[in-house]
Amino acid sequence: MFKGKFVDNLPKIYGMYTGGFALFFIIMAIAEQNGASAKSIGIMFLSFTILIYALIGVLSRTMQVSEYYVAGREVPTVFNGMATAADWMSGASFVAMAGGIYYGGYTYMAFLVGWTGGYVLVSTLLAPYLRKFGCYTVPDFIGTRYGGNFARFCAVIVLVLASFTYVTAQINATGTIASRALDIPFATGVWVGLLSILLCSMLGGMRAVTWTQVAQYIVLIIAYLLPIFWISWKSGFGIFPHLQLAPEVARIAELEAQYGLVKNSAAAIKAAGVPGGLAYISNPHSAAPAGAMAAWKYISLAICMMVGTASLPHILMRYFTTPNVTSARRSVAWSLFFIFLLYFSAPMLATLSKIQLIDPKLPTSIIGKPIDQVMAIEWVKNWIHVKQAFIADFNKDGILQLNEWFMRGDVVVLATPEVAGLPYVVSGLVAAGGMAAAMSTADGLILAIANALSHDLYYKIIDPKADVKRRLIVARVLLVVIGALGAYIASMRLTSILGAVAWAFDFAMSGLFFPLVLGVWWKRATRQGAIAGMLLGLASGTAYLVHVAPAFNNNTPWLGIDHLRFGIIGASVSLVAMIVVSLATKEPDAATQKMVDEVRIPSGKSILGKH
Amino acid sequence: MASAKQEAHWNDTKGLMRITLAIWFFFSIVIFMFGHELNSVKVPLLGYPLSYYMTCQGSLLAFVILIFWFAGKQEAIDQTHGFSDAERTED
Repeated sequence: MFKGKFVDNLPKIYGMYTGGFALFFIIMAIAEQNGASAKSIGIMFLSFTILIYALIGVLSRTMQVSEYYVAGREVPTVFNGMATAADWMSGASFVAMAGGIYYGGYTYMAFLVGWTGGYVLVSTLLAPYLRKFGCYTVPDFIGTRYGGNFARFCAVIVLVLASFTYVTAQINATGTIASRALDIPFATGVWVGLLSILLCSMLGGMRAVTWTQVAQYIVLIIAYLLPIFWISWKSGFGIFPHLQLAPEVARIAELEAQYGLVKNSAAAIKAAGVPGGLAYISNPHSAAPAGAMAAWKYISLAICMMVGTASLPHILMRYFTTPNVTSARRSVAWSLFFIFLLYFSAPMLATLSKIQLIDPKLPTSIIGKPIDQVMAIEWVKNWIHVKQAFIADFNKDGILQLNEWFMRGDVVVLATPEVAGLPYVVSGLVAAGGMAAAMSTADGLILAIANALSHDLYYKIIDPKADVKRRLIVARVLLVVIGALGAYIASMRLTSILGAVAWAFDFAMSGLFFPLVLGVWWKRATRQGAIAGMLLGLASGTAYLVHVAPAFNNNTPWLGIDHLRFGIIGASVSLVAMIVVSLATKEPDAATQKMVDEVRIPSGKSILGKH
Repeated sequence: MASAKQEAHWNDTKGLMRITLAIWFFFSIVIFMFGHELNSVKVPLLGYPLSYYMTCQGSLLAFVILIFWFAGKQEAIDQTHGFSDAERTED
């Protein structure tokens, strides 16, 4: 049935996989009609998909260094794009983004522009050149281009800091989803999540992660898009919501004006006993706030996310796995296309979800109805029971007002199918999708950290004579240790200290963006310059974060640059430091300059040779 | 030092990079400098407010098209100067 090389059969293999998943979905739908409980369907969805990923992980086991670190550099362009998209779209993108748009409106959507626009930078400035370099890890590039173990070590520090900030949030998300769907305590859910993640990556490294990420992308994109099209069609908003929701957006603006966007005082929220983490609608859905400061806040957030995207090692290393430079470049384009499919749908889900709840002309609406009636609705009861939703009758009129309905942002993705009256099988699918998104990102991140530590710190700096077997064992031990550390921290639920996912982007851009870009684009960049750029960028960014973050010193941000945007400070310092120090030190030797010339052309051997 | 051929290739590459990043800058930053003002304009046919549309669909779509266009152009530059690796599958 399968002839020739494995990679030639990929379309067939993943075609069958997608068909199999569709069949599983239909079987579950039939089971639901025949009385299978919601809980058992949730368990089936989660365990079936995790089992498949684990199977792929085990089948992709390897004892070869180049397979373990860069999947043998034979991942075809389009499949690498899918794997990158799964690597990129985290549990936060899947579960929280639509909720963020639902509550944050226009201003929040700077994240959408930032998390897509960054790929233009990846493609033009970095990915093809790093591929030509032929490195295994991002610090490998820094260490070779600038020379010396200290530069390499600085890059490892930035990588670990940025990636670890990110990975705890991902493990946290797998724990939340697993605990909800399998009905186990959160702390147990975290370890179940970690176990599933390690099953995918431990035996086969990058090779195994690549092929599971492709499988995870297929599940997550189906799980995200199917409910949106289904809800839109079922509720009569049109079969292609992306093109047809303008009347609903206008209607929401009209309703906002009618109800008024009331801000509740913190004291009132506290007095009513609203559980933590729940929000209410207080920002306009589509209106853009006026004024230079509002525009700057939008733009500065977009800049941080874009530049951060181009500096995150777990994304950059995905382009080391393609067969050549041209395919690395094309692969970035495909990645963005696959990411775009989800990101341009998230605002549609937010719109559908909001109109269904607040438009009194629709049968699904709850705003403006008597509270005792609303409390009797099945989905409302369920979500209030698990403290994900809350009703506070501030004006004591017994009618639910817009500012009296509280809900966690995640509920937008998780409950909208239920609100629209879709069968439970769709909710099971959504849980599987969320799990796939969180697992695939966690896998990529843990692997990025473990590879940097095993390849750059252990092999290149500590023990250059280590043999292949030893290197691969160290790599795997580190993978488990880092995963366990992440899970341990996630299980403590220190979210207020760990901060936002956005911090990972700011750390990465503060320390890595300019040393990476100038390494290719500026021959005059020297080792001392790069070290200054990495260390001063990271130090100034971190110092500023401590200065303004609400969890730390909580000072007034300068020019609106708050704790989500500290990369602006870090990256600016990094750029200036790198240029000044580079110009003050001796220019790189002829061999280094020649190496840069070679990096700039796609043809010829990769710099680090064949390995 | 780089050969004359390499210099010519790099000059074209730099030119393409500048054009690509200028378009990127327009869709990611310039439009949103005027977010409030542009929002009163309606997108033809679709009917969404313009800035709202750009942030949830338009700019994203522009990036996808831009990046495919860029890849094609860069491949042409590599071909012209004889530095293409499109046929090469291994190091």
